[in-house]
Amino acid sequence: MHPPRLKGEVSPLSSPAETSAAPAVEAKVDAKRDAMVAAIRTTLGAAVVDTLVKPGDDIWVRVTTESWCSSIQVLKDTHAFDYFCFLSAIDWMPSPYGRGEDDPSEPAPVRDTVIRPGYTGGDTRMQMLVRLVNSVTHLGINIKADVPNDSFTIDSICTVFAGANWHEREAHEMFGIGFTGHPDLRNMYLPVDFEGYPMRKDFPLLARMVKPWPGIVDVEPLPGGTDDDKDGSSEEGAS
Amino acid sequence: MTILNDPVSAKLGSRQQLSYIASQAADARLNVELETEGMTLNIGPQHPATHGTLRIIARLDGEQVVWAEPSCGYMHRGYEKLTEVRTFPQVTSLINRIDWLGSFANEVPFILAAEKLMNVEAPPRAQWIRTILFELSRIANVSLFLGDLGVQMGAITPVFLAFRDREYVLNLIESATGGRFHPNFDRIGGLKDDLPAGWIDETKLVMKKLRNFCDEIETLLFGNEIFQSRTRGIGVIPRDVALQYGLSGANLRASGVDWDLRRDQTIPLVYDKVDFKVWTHPDGDSFARCWIRLQETREATKIVDQLLDGIPSGPVMAKVPKIIKVPEGEAWVSTENPLGEMGYYVVSRGDLGPFRVKIRSASFNNISITPWLLRGVYVPDIITILASLYFILGDIDR
Repeated sequence: MHPPRLKGEVSPLSSPAETSAAPAVEAKVDAKRDAMVAAIRTTLGAAVVDTLVKPGDDIWVRVTTESWCSSIQVLKDTHAFDYFCFLSAIDWMPSPYGRGEDDPSEPAPVRDTVIRPGYTGGDTRMQMLVRLVNSVTHLGINIKADVPNDSFTIDSICTVFAGANWHEREAHEMFGIGFTGHPDLRNMYLPVDFEGYPMRKDFPLLARMVKPWPGIVDVEPLPGGTDDDKDGSSEEGAS
Repeated sequence: MTILNDPVSAKLGSRQQLSYIASQAADARLNVELETEGMTLNIGPQHPATHGTLRIIARLDGEQVVWAEPSCGYMHRGYEKLTEVRTFPQVTSLINRIDWLGSFANEVPFILAAEKLMNVEAPPRAQWIRTILFELSRIANVSLFLGDLGVQMGAITPVFLAFRDREYVLNLIESATGGRFHPNFDRIGGLKDDLPAGWIDETKLVMKKLRNFCDEIETLLFGNEIFQSRTRGIGVIPRDVALQYGLSGANLRASGVDWDLRRDQTIPLVYDKVDFKVWTHPDGDSFARCWIRLQETREATKIVDQLLDGIPSGPVMAKVPKIIKVPEGEAWVSTENPLGEMGYYVVSRGDLGPFRVKIRSASFNNISITPWLLRGVYVPDIITILASLYFILGDIDR
């Protein structure tokens, strides 16, 4: 594997070796993001559940469900995160269907569907994800919040960012998340009589159900070492 | 009396003035006699201005739009769901089809996100070629926009020029990658292949042709009086509204926001090695958006020219395992694509395929402003505003 290097420090005609200035630059970027997270913790107070800073990469902040809308308002007004990048959701339950590559002649394998949240943790199956950027310093931030398991409902942020309107409509039809205070939660893409929420992990991908994945027959080992192929599932497209 | 003091009529000759007064009087009579009621106008799904199948429902009062709402989903293919049943290398063939005019540019942010999670970096040569192909897809994409712009306003000639000159760029992309529209050339850790022999010299010639094309379009279209009167002051987006709706690319820069992801973020593409200008415009109208795109196409040809001179030697592929498993984590990478900011939020579970991919496409945000923007405009301006926002349906619907 390639040695990890600082992004953007590529000089032409040089071997990919670390430059001596790399640690100093990394520390500086880190300080900027750490200071931002400290400031956010001060202004939001108890609304912040957890934070994560990846040096030189990104910030993750998880806020409580109740303070979802107000936290984003504060981030926009106080910390000048005035650019709305996107809003979406993540279903953290692993799919019970895997990648849809099961052999229909065999009994379906039992899969682990224990919910494991990602960065900054989480207590529920669904999680909201919003990315905001400061349009002057270009510092981005990912904001997460849990969506309650029983109601699948969270406040709408349309009043803070008008652009969230369509993104919330999309999240509503794809994940079945309700947005309190949204003016018009019509379907964005799907037909009005569509049943189910396609982006939920327990919604099967029917194209893979009605016709078995052609890769099933492709059991021939790859030429030149198949040491990585341990778990026995038919893996195709490794090149 | 009021008609005689009218600024329009004051500029006309005496004969024209009389007919102008007569027409104004006729209009006034009509408005009194007829009770006008609202009308719903359906534009699309099949309309040349929609670059695919976008339907716009507009409620009109006379010639003015009272309410307008685009209806998307005629081309929804569910790529976010499909990525979850594919392996990382397979995903690139899907995301090629998001913005089909600049396909290579779609692959780059996804591959960069996967590389970020794997802590792999492509060798310098691969990064340079990536950047060159990225800019070539921008030129191919936006040059078609510039030609198509004329068609929306009844000028046929520019589109022929655009198709002629875009072909040169597509031929270059084809000779390097093997695919005219869907290269599927980017790999985790580098590129599929090196450049073919003689490609660099040929590219230099083509870039010269494309600069001529930009000059032609500038005099033919942007200097045209009809074009100017139909775009200047039409569809004005103020800076704060543009930011709220998450507009990106030329649409954002036309509203006076000096922000280009090529310049303002550190990603493993070699934009820091070239000297280029980020164009902005203070007006925020349709003209500004089109003008920015014209300047950016010209700037892109200069970027390619500079990069061609300095491609480092070496391999185009880093050492990556044969079967790619991406370590657990989350990564966000976005790049300045031809249509605006395109980004992928990739969640990996240490598996062969991604756990969740959120595709943030530029056109979805860019077009989400239309209900706000189209309110109060005249019917013919709907077409020019949509053309100037420049969206591609695959980029909205994904």
